[in-house]
Amino acid sequence: MRTRTSARVGQYAALLAYLLFLALPLLWLLSTAFKPPRELGSLHPAWIPEDPTLANFRQAFEEQPLLRAALNSLLAAAGAAVVAVLVATPMAYVMARHRTRLARAATGWVVVSQAFPFVLVIIPLFLVLKNLRLIDSLPGLVLVYVVWALPFALWMLAGYVRAVPTELEEAAAVDGAGRLRTLVSVTGPLLAPGIVATALFAFVTAWNEFFFALVLLKTPEKQTLPVILTHFLGAEGVADLGPLAAAAFLATLPSLVVFALIQRRITGGLLTGAVKS
Amino acid sequence: MRTRPTAVLLAALMLLAGCSGGGDDGGGDGRVTLRFQSLAWQQESVEATKDLVAEWNAGHPDIRVEYVQGSWDSVHDQLLTSFEGGEAPDVIHDASDDLADFAYGGYLADLTGLLPERLKSDIPPRTWETVTFGDGIYGVPFLQEPRVLIANRTWLEEAGVRIPTPDDPWSWAEFRAVTRRLSGDGRYGVAWPLKDPVSATLNLSLSAGGRLFHRGPDGKVTVRFRAADAVVPRTVHDQVGTDRSASPTTLGSGGSDTLPGFFGGRYAMVPLGFSYRQQIVQQAPEGFDWQVLPAPAGAGGLAQGVSPQTLSIAEDSPHKREAAAFLAFLLRPENMVRLALGDWMLPTGTEALEDPALHTAEHGWATGTALAGRLRSAPAQSVRGYPEWKDKVATPAFQEYYSGAIGLDELRRRLEGDGNLVLARYQR
Repeated sequence: MRTRTSARVGQYAALLAYLLFLALPLLWLLSTAFKPPRELGSLHPAWIPEDPTLANFRQAFEEQPLLRAALNSLLAAAGAAVVAVLVATPMAYVMARHRTRLARAATGWVVVSQAFPFVLVIIPLFLVLKNLRLIDSLPGLVLVYVVWALPFALWMLAGYVRAVPTELEEAAAVDGAGRLRTLVSVTGPLLAPGIVATALFAFVTAWNEFFFALVLLKTPEKQTLPVILTHFLGAEGVADLGPLAAAAFLATLPSLVVFALIQRRITGGLLTGAVKS
Repeated sequence: MRTRPTAVLLAALMLLAGCSGGGDDGGGDGRVTLRFQSLAWQQESVEATKDLVAEWNAGHPDIRVEYVQGSWDSVHDQLLTSFEGGEAPDVIHDASDDLADFAYGGYLADLTGLLPERLKSDIPPRTWETVTFGDGIYGVPFLQEPRVLIANRTWLEEAGVRIPTPDDPWSWAEFRAVTRRLSGDGRYGVAWPLKDPVSATLNLSLSAGGRLFHRGPDGKVTVRFRAADAVVPRTVHDQVGTDRSASPTTLGSGGSDTLPGFFGGRYAMVPLGFSYRQQIVQQAPEGFDWQVLPAPAGAGGLAQGVSPQTLSIAEDSPHKREAAAFLAFLLRPENMVRLALGDWMLPTGTEALEDPALHTAEHGWATGTALAGRLRSAPAQSVRGYPEWKDKVATPAFQEYYSGAIGLDELRRRLEGDGNLVLARYQR
């Protein structure tokens, strides 16, 4: 009994240490955001600012249109997540359920396509979007994010579909349910956690993306948060550290909120699936 | 079912966002709209630039300039994509060492016949060299900064060392002796931030008469590492490895990384770009007494290589004359001074350099301004293949030499032997 208790304590200690390790960058960002310039140049930086100030946040908001950029990022990321899931779900179902040679080749291609570096595709992509009159528009950016997220989303969702036992669909068919009814009422709910996780992946990828947004959006009013953040950086890596940390900390919040809201849904969905299978 | 209204709302919002188009050529009302992508990033320089754009727009209702803030991070890739896609800004802010590819690639307009005589004659010929590629001029150099020594004044005075001035600078040997004298008890006379060792070494080596790149009669460039080229590297190497008067830990650091140690009394001096003074003013502890000293001089005097900030016009711009007129306005002497003060740098124009605001002793402006006449085009500015030589050969070679892993002969062998193989590929 004592061994089990000490093992449990050890597990929690390890978990706590790991969580602290993960949280360090965020805590440091938070600490930096509240430091006045003189504390930023200290040889012995403190975790807790000696003379905390909101000046960095004020300066960040005064210098850059952070709220408008956050709204643009939100629209682009949410749009990418919704569209990616809508497109990827039926495709993933087909790829997972009809395991032909073609489907396997498609899966391989999907994984390989993730290896292309941005710079290789950006110029042709730019020209295509220009012909579609989608340069300098959020829908254009969403389209790029969807295309970019789709391969991995597809691969991810196909795995979730394969985890749903085909016997359940067969049982539904025996009970008289048609293909569509089976998909909506039986497979759909079991796939929910996978869909949510995929949407989350697409959202975070788009939320953090910098290079496409930098290149494709020309009008300042349409720029996204990662692009605006680089305006606090000068040549040769010099940075206006205080306002940059303040803005970067604010930029991490939406992702955290989305995670917090969705996490329960993922867990709940997983449990639901476990019971049914 | 619950997601449907959200999706519809999202689609509607995105449609609205997509419909609000940006500025163009004025929609047929005869007005011209120029897009000006500025890389100004510090609060004061952004304000100065925006104010000047507003003044231009107020005085030129037919030629509207739209200010777009770019960023130094990824500017090369962003511009390259925009050029390829025919969507580049009309007026482009960049650094002269980034222009060669764009100029040779035909993306930038040759400004030779576009700029007013006043502007051409105001900037010295040696500065125009930084933006001259082949027979054309592909940018207007307007801001530049020498590398200076930022020193802890109290420490230097207590040590009783001679304080150098632009008229009577330290020699490289004297600099080494001074740093030796300032060191001890875990403190160092100097901290070299050499994260990018190549440009710092090459630019400072001009002071010792080093040039490294030699252009032959056939126009081809070869690397020759001679005695004059070795003066600066050997000084740094000996300060770190022999004298222990330079901190070994800062060799891989950027300039900003050395400031906490400088403020904390660990280093007496830090060689930094002139514009770093702004960070020092902001971050230095109360009462910290610092001053700006000229970099050491050698056989070449106080000469130093620089890559000025530039303004160019895109070759695809349909309004080159209007863009050139805007450049001429932006770079009037009084405006150049405003931009220079905002960026804590030096203007390139001789008339702007005479402005009293740039000759005050406060924050070392006078010392920097006195060095302006000694600034030259960075040695590798127009050498094709330089980026690859720098990344694959010179950077690791200098890093290993400074850390003591290799000696001077091996450094020479790599820079010349390996380096010339790289350059030869670009000059066939």
